[in-house]
Amino acid sequence: MTGLRFDLRDPPPGAAALRAEVRAFIAEHDHRWTPEIRARSWMGFDRDFTRAVGARGWIGMCWPKQYGGAERSFLDRNIVLEEMLAAGAPVGAHWIGDRQSGPLILRLGTQAQRERFLPGIARGDLAFCIGLSEPDSGSDLASLRTRADRIEGGWLLNGRKIWTTFGHLCDWMIALVRTSPAPEGGSKHQGLSQVLVDLRAPGVTIRPIRDLVGEQGFNEITFDDVRLPEDALVGQEGAGWAQATSELAFERSGPDRYMSSHPLLESSLDALRDDAVAAPALGREVARLWTLRAMSTAIAGMLQDGADPVRQAALVKDLGNDFEQALPGAMRALRDVDTMPEPMRRMHDYLTQITPTFSLRGGTREIMRGIIARELGLR
Amino acid sequence: MDTSIAAELADQATRALADAADVATLRALEAGEFPRAAWDALDALGLGGALVPEARGGAGLGLPDVMPLLEALGRAGAPVPLAEGIGAAALLAAAGIDAPPGLLSFAAAGAPVPWGRHAAHVVIVDGARVALHAAAAQHWTQGSNIAREPRDTLAGTSAPIAEGTLPNAWGNDAARALTALLRSAQIAGAMQGALALAVDHANTRKQFGRPIGRFQALQQQLAVFAAETSAVSVAAAAAARAAEARGIADAAFEIGCAKVTAGEAAAKGAAIAHQVLAAMGITEEHALHHLTRRLWSWREEGGSERFWSARIGALVQSAPGPLWTFLTSRDQDPSA
Repeated sequence: MTGLRFDLRDPPPGAAALRAEVRAFIAEHDHRWTPEIRARSWMGFDRDFTRAVGARGWIGMCWPKQYGGAERSFLDRNIVLEEMLAAGAPVGAHWIGDRQSGPLILRLGTQAQRERFLPGIARGDLAFCIGLSEPDSGSDLASLRTRADRIEGGWLLNGRKIWTTFGHLCDWMIALVRTSPAPEGGSKHQGLSQVLVDLRAPGVTIRPIRDLVGEQGFNEITFDDVRLPEDALVGQEGAGWAQATSELAFERSGPDRYMSSHPLLESSLDALRDDAVAAPALGREVARLWTLRAMSTAIAGMLQDGADPVRQAALVKDLGNDFEQALPGAMRALRDVDTMPEPMRRMHDYLTQITPTFSLRGGTREIMRGIIARELGLR
Repeated sequence: MDTSIAAELADQATRALADAADVATLRALEAGEFPRAAWDALDALGLGGALVPEARGGAGLGLPDVMPLLEALGRAGAPVPLAEGIGAAALLAAAGIDAPPGLLSFAAAGAPVPWGRHAAHVVIVDGARVALHAAAAQHWTQGSNIAREPRDTLAGTSAPIAEGTLPNAWGNDAARALTALLRSAQIAGAMQGALALAVDHANTRKQFGRPIGRFQALQQQLAVFAAETSAVSVAAAAAARAAEARGIADAAFEIGCAKVTAGEAAAKGAAIAHQVLAAMGITEEHALHHLTRRLWSWREEGGSERFWSARIGALVQSAPGPLWTFLTSRDQDPSA
């Protein structure tokens, strides 16, 4: 079960100073954030804020300087992420580019792709989304049917992606698509590739899907004979499955997997400071938060060391999702909703509606537990 | 901490426990026998002085170094009072008292003393005052927890052999906090042991023509068990680092967080283990209940989830400013 081992790390040198810097920066912006914006957290999209974050060097901060990065460590980056989430900052416009698309391009992209995309992501000018799910392919992702066929000078893209967060606001998508048929009797994981898609290209149709809060968070994106240039391919043709799954430690291990409800915990504590009856329940949530933070920080350290803690990431995501998902209910048990002070009530109401997504996005709870079960030798 | 030393200590203990103790040892212990062979084997390793400074003849290790060792002990159901001995020797050393040879245990004044009836000496901590007593000279009322581990109460104490005062860094509740930390690591170990039994059973027991572990319903449950087990291990290790850096008193928050995590996880893990092992796990012959009854017992010792949650809650309620500021202010400062 070595895949479930965690190595603890101390904070990096200069951690306190970096936190103070981020807090001072947030203090210049947070007066504009309503309780709903804070509760939305990394699902809040604000290009101006993202550009301001980029100007501070806090997007792509682990990347080489030649691509707009700051060559800081994963542990430094983890501090910035934590501070943003703790404040409920609207970081959605750069979250995916910083967390996944950028690192993928850095690792597997060509020199030209790195130069073209990374500085823009780091400035906060280029917003990326992920094209994985399709109408008939959710947890069984490898059954996807969107195809990129070879044509003269590039690829022809046809198919449909769905549940694409901020697809209507983003500039680029990295989509997992089929570039050759699965071999007869072979694995359907073969023949998949990752491609860069300009969301403003002809043939791309973006249909908004309203979510249960009444907001347009995600979309259905249809590709009708979209012509992709030769250099749309990221990494190796046919290796898309391995490439996409190797990003998962980055996608699943961060503080965004347990801190999504954090602003509600802060506003609840504000409301319940003098309520002795609430102390044990508050203490319980804090104890759990503290443990999750130790686990998540350990993974940041393992990533810094070049390890691939993909199973640990699945484990922390599962535990973290349970925590952030249960938080509105735990706070509701301490105060009737109609007596909650306004910020607490508004965050509670928003999160009550949106927390079911926490154990869906980034891989469902059942998929995470399946990964852990495999590590245990059960499948 | 030196991870290689920590791993080596844990390996030593694991090998010694595998050679000298098994489920029959736990059964005999629970029937009231002292596990002499197991104790002699573990005692010979000289691990009791792990936390005692080298100047006092100990190994001079830190709390984080002994966490893997305590997990190894927990995996075997802690058939010997090694955790108690390590803790007692550390308390004595901190109070400037040399540890006597033989079996040592400790407790807060008024609390049951683990293994008291079998001890040569016991350390009683009352506030910052540490007193060393010869166990045989005391009047004991024998008791036990639901794991049937000896938990004996002193009916008053005679004059101590030696007395001392803990430095401020240990605080006024050192015995409870230290017990909470030791038990958290042991809970992680006992969960690892119970998880291994449950996974092994799931892979061998067949129903409907296949191993029951092939059913997703069981896989999902065991995954939760594994996740909770990892959480306890990380929490105990992180609390030990805080205690090493700032002292037991100033790490009460972290130790409490670890104990809350451990106590909750213990209940969840024990329930899943029994669900997977079904009726077989309930039988006296099966090894599982020795571990699950320890999980249910150890979560009570050194403060329950209720106790520590209340304390943590009161602490964060009274801390000025955001919770996040409080949490991050407690991070280890690498420059310190």
